[in-house]
Amino acid sequence: MPQPITRTNDFVVKFANVNGSGSASANQLFAKSILRMGVPVAPRNIFPSNIQGLPTWYEVRVSEAGHLGARGGVDLMVAMNPQTWSQDVASIEPGGYLFYDSSKPLPKSKFRDDVTTIGMPLTAICNREYTDARQRQLFKNIIYVGALSALLDIEPEVIETLIGEQFKGKDKLIEPNIHAFHMGRDYALEHLVSSFGLKVKRANAVGDRISIEGNAAAGLGAVYGGATVCAWYPITPSTSLAEAFTKYCQRYRVDPEKGNKFAIVQAEDELASIGMVIGAAWNGARAFTATSGPGISLMQEFLGLAYFAEVPAVLFDVQRGGPSTGMPTRTQQGDVLSCAYASHGDTKHVLLFPEDPHECFTMGAQAFDLADRLQTPIFVLLDLDIGMNERLCAPLKWDDARRYDRGKVMTHADLEAGREFGRYLDVDGDGIPYRTYPGTHPSKGAFFTRGSSKDRFAKYSEQGDVYRDNVDRLLRKFETAKQLVPRPIKHNAAAATRYGAIYYGSTSASMSEAAELLAGQGLMVDTLRVRGFPFHDDVVDFINAHDEVFVVEQNRDAQLRALIVNECEIDPAKLIPVLHYDGSPITARFISRSIAERLQPVQKRLKEAV
Amino acid sequence: MTYLAKPKLHHPQLQPNKLGYTRRDYEGNISTLCAGCGHDSISAAIIQAVYQLELPPHRIAKLSGIGCSSKTPTYFLGNSHGFNSVHGRMPSVLTGANLANRDLIYLGVSGDGDSASIGLGQFAHCMRRGINMVYIVENNGVYGLTKGQFSATSDRGSKSKKGVVNTDEAIDMAELALQLGATFVARSFSGDKTQLVPLIEAAIMHKGAAFIDCLSPCVAFNNHAGSTKSFDYVREHNEAVNYLDVMTPREEITAEYEPGTVQEVTQHDGSVLRLRKLAGDYDVNDRLAAQRFLQEHKADGEIVTGLLYVDPDPEDMHAHIGTVETPLTDLDEAALCPGSAALEKLNASLR
Repeated sequence: MPQPITRTNDFVVKFANVNGSGSASANQLFAKSILRMGVPVAPRNIFPSNIQGLPTWYEVRVSEAGHLGARGGVDLMVAMNPQTWSQDVASIEPGGYLFYDSSKPLPKSKFRDDVTTIGMPLTAICNREYTDARQRQLFKNIIYVGALSALLDIEPEVIETLIGEQFKGKDKLIEPNIHAFHMGRDYALEHLVSSFGLKVKRANAVGDRISIEGNAAAGLGAVYGGATVCAWYPITPSTSLAEAFTKYCQRYRVDPEKGNKFAIVQAEDELASIGMVIGAAWNGARAFTATSGPGISLMQEFLGLAYFAEVPAVLFDVQRGGPSTGMPTRTQQGDVLSCAYASHGDTKHVLLFPEDPHECFTMGAQAFDLADRLQTPIFVLLDLDIGMNERLCAPLKWDDARRYDRGKVMTHADLEAGREFGRYLDVDGDGIPYRTYPGTHPSKGAFFTRGSSKDRFAKYSEQGDVYRDNVDRLLRKFETAKQLVPRPIKHNAAAATRYGAIYYGSTSASMSEAAELLAGQGLMVDTLRVRGFPFHDDVVDFINAHDEVFVVEQNRDAQLRALIVNECEIDPAKLIPVLHYDGSPITARFISRSIAERLQPVQKRLKEAV
Repeated sequence: MTYLAKPKLHHPQLQPNKLGYTRRDYEGNISTLCAGCGHDSISAAIIQAVYQLELPPHRIAKLSGIGCSSKTPTYFLGNSHGFNSVHGRMPSVLTGANLANRDLIYLGVSGDGDSASIGLGQFAHCMRRGINMVYIVENNGVYGLTKGQFSATSDRGSKSKKGVVNTDEAIDMAELALQLGATFVARSFSGDKTQLVPLIEAAIMHKGAAFIDCLSPCVAFNNHAGSTKSFDYVREHNEAVNYLDVMTPREEITAEYEPGTVQEVTQHDGSVLRLRKLAGDYDVNDRLAAQRFLQEHKADGEIVTGLLYVDPDPEDMHAHIGTVETPLTDLDEAALCPGSAALEKLNASLR
């Protein structure tokens, strides 16, 4: 038997539950209590596309060092689901711990020799204490939280406070929950605590950071960004984004006398959603939809219209595992290409890649400025990992002096003053024309919006030179977009290196941890986090400054790499794909191993040469 | 060439309306549809109706899908913003536009292919949401631009120009609109301006989902013997239930009618729809009776036209979702952005 793992403020706990059993709030209570003790945690829901009865997991990575990416492996498994027992037990690291319900005896063959087993008769305790079946189920969850608090040294006062906060307004539930908590805690103190190596110790590593889901932050970003029309169709994992927008609008945008300063429509499908967004934005409102990959597929024709007719739109695509229905409740970065080149004909779209909820908020708001400025659809590409999990991030900020950038809009006064208006006329070389909102002026500035070819004054035309003039201007506009999308962020390794890594979106947390792991092995890698498409010149400069660049992504086909090769005309041999695509979030271990496998032989050769 | 602008030569005797606009100010570019196309008559009827209602042209937004009918917004109301969107998807674009700015008048123009085939879903949903709009289907029962295929409103047994007999059941758009909750439903004929112009006027004044199924024969592909959407066939089988006079609230009602031959409907804004009844007992306020009437007459091979149903006090989607009276497009940062103080408070709740 290996030595039992002994670690403080640096381990992974995984809860195996049955969905619909009420475990979620108890598990969240557990995670939050550690956070309140000043130790960063990264919780993740791993759930099926199902309502009740199937396996669900909740993974809590505890990391005083602040590593918020998934780590891989489990140090303590709280195995509450007999259906998944074997795989759960198998996933424990050697020297790890298994906490389980020992009410019914299990044969020795069900356990592992290299894992410390901690049995607690949870069902028996509940059955003794409670008569109601639902109570037995719900309190069982709180009882195991109590036991874990004893094992891990979580301060009981912290959990009591959290229970008080959780049931504020339903005060009569507070006392029974605290009672159940202590029942579990007392049992563990008496029977279980002898040699448990995982500990939580109060620290000061959380600071002023907040915990919020990316979808909620993006929905809030849309409120702050001035979105007034939201049209959406329910689809996992984006539904909670539209719901968050609804919730925050109800909180911040209701005038009790005058009514709602927003319009939210649950459309009949994704085609209608994007159609409504385009109609609203054409008319001068800020409008968005929230969807996932299948929705993007359905919206293709409309996206070509918005690109070609130059109508603003904002799309939040919370990516999940594709293709087709794929893995609706698993994470992936699989829509990069289908968004970048959405629709038939020559099209290119602006993409933003938030790394965490903080950026979901900032980019969520910024997307509306970009859509108005560039008069084109803007895609904010979240994924399930940051969208549907609470993630610790910098507090959200807003500058009250900030004004919305409504872009080039010709007003009644402009038209009266005799300014020349050509809907598709590039007056200052940036490729962006002026537009007018419907209803502006009785005799000037009206135009016909269409998806067919037109001249600079919006008149229908099938002439080749007129068509080319227009689509070449669209390329100029895309060039302008390069300077407007968020710039990439570069981190240099501790020593000069010929190796670089490009990454984006939710890979961020694991990538920075991987760079540390690699540096620990003497492998130096500079990193560049791409935050937008079209790619800033910094991307090309970064690639040119290195001999080999790893492109780290969460899809099978190296989609961002393909986009870089295609758009920046980079020799593909220079870009080494590092691809994680099983639907689980990418880990630092995976990234560092993949990069080390390639670099170590090189390092060895270099040493031998010396 | 759909971009040929009409020369702006005003005939000295053209009468301006109270806003000072003549009928010409409501026209658009020269039509590029086939000579004699029913759709051009509908465009003319729209121009006439808006001129008579004395509406400022820029307060109307005209939207369409794809097809011959959807091209027509180029040919009327040249000073209105237009949006020729995606095949079958005009209703969603119109819905979004309407949500953004409730102060404009929305005129959706579509065809039977656009609304009954590819766009049936969006047609249905914009009706059931009660979008305040005028939705006109220029219904010719045929695909014109692609040269003569049947559409979903072609009657079973109707013959194509090439002699093929349609075996599929027809979709009756007016019946559907009634079932889906449209609060103004009419059917008319492009060849009957006397009936059509007041119907368009009334539909514009109606503050809810107003639908007009307008039979509009295709002279190129569906005007032959054996077609049930030809000029001759529609004239022969037209069963008009009423003709309409529309009185805006400021107009004095002077005409006199035989007792029992007229039904008056006073709308929420005070305007009066005066129906000269042809089918004696037809009641335009009875949705169920209208559905039954349509089905019975269809079984007899008749095409029922006129104002089929109107709810004098309709609700639209803005009422359903409680939006402010101010158009959402007019709200600024002060109205929309909760600001940094609210965000600080929210941050505190997330720790």
